[in-house]
Amino acid sequence: MPEKKISKAALYWKLFSSTFILSAFTVGGGYVIVPLMRKTFVEKLHWIEENEMMDLIAIAQSAPGPIAVNTSILVGYKIAHVPGALITLLGTILPPLIILTLLSYVYSAIKDNRIVKTLFFGMGIGVAVVILDAVTSMATTIIGTKKILPIILMVLAFIATYILKWNIVLIIISCAIIGIIATMLPLVCKKNPPKEGGNT
Amino acid sequence: MIYWQLFWSFIQIGLFSFGGGYAALPLIQKQVVTVHGWLTIQEFSDVVTISQMTPGPISLNAASFVGTRIGGVAGAVVATVGNVLPSLIIVLTLAWFYFRYRSLKVMQGALYGLRPAVVALIASAGLAILFLALFGKAELPISSADISWFAVIMFVLAFIYVRIKKPNPIIIIALSGGITVLLGLIGIPI
Repeated sequence: MPEKKISKAALYWKLFSSTFILSAFTVGGGYVIVPLMRKTFVEKLHWIEENEMMDLIAIAQSAPGPIAVNTSILVGYKIAHVPGALITLLGTILPPLIILTLLSYVYSAIKDNRIVKTLFFGMGIGVAVVILDAVTSMATTIIGTKKILPIILMVLAFIATYILKWNIVLIIISCAIIGIIATMLPLVCKKNPPKEGGNT
Repeated sequence: MIYWQLFWSFIQIGLFSFGGGYAALPLIQKQVVTVHGWLTIQEFSDVVTISQMTPGPISLNAASFVGTRIGGVAGAVVATVGNVLPSLIIVLTLAWFYFRYRSLKVMQGALYGLRPAVVALIASAGLAILFLALFGKAELPISSADISWFAVIMFVLAFIYVRIKKPNPIIIIALSGGITVLLGLIGIPI
């Protein structure tokens, strides 16, 4: 939770303006905004912990609807409960609403413009940089735990989604079940608290 | 009742598109082209093209585009609200469960397994976007003729800059777009 010094109005405004700007500048679909939100709310504002952010993204992935919308609802709820969720939702949906409404009137006029095409090509490179930077940071966190199971799960989940093209919901459910088994098994066997090995 | 039809169509799109992004495409096509005939297949393909170039998830973009065409600004608002309504209800319910029960061992175990999966899923989507930028297509195999050396050099320089300086992502995206346009205007092959 953000420090108490910030007034409610200022907090709401910060939530709205952050999500509005992120949503307005993230070209290229749902996944792009997620690393950007992480950067803003974890690294810059320190309103959410790295691990908690990964949890929120996991929840966003397992619900229907656009990931960007789901993640922004969760971030808003975490920081300022239901009003926060409605504010971040509004901040996220307004830019595409405004831009696409305008574009649906002028699309045919600009769709073949060479400068517009070049601009979006260049922005696409920047988007790729930002996402892979976030992936590098998150993967470093996972590897930094020095536990074998999370690292194996990360590699297996990557193979499953990128190479085998498994359904994302299936991957998420499988990893959750493996995590539950790895955590509960040592308790059931009356051993010490979880010290997971590589037994997937 | 055109507004009600828009609202209900986009509720279904929001409710059944798991996995985000392109997962929504076939659902949008079915509702907008097949069931209601609001767009021709050519117009639908234009919407997909616009979505690649504009901010926001494709289903929200389609909601605004189709809504405007069918019912003006009010149509865009109705379709957008319909599209996010299922998300809002389901995600808030999940959030409530998460913050209330996350200290439970079962929940911790599930999240312990989920965190690495999330990194893998984002990495996979990130690679697709990287390949699209560097090679013009998101999937392997790629021939050497597809490679945009300009994009490769821009990517490497920008990545090093981001890892060292940690600038605001928006600045990186805007800079990449601006520099590319400038270099293109002075005649550098891109």
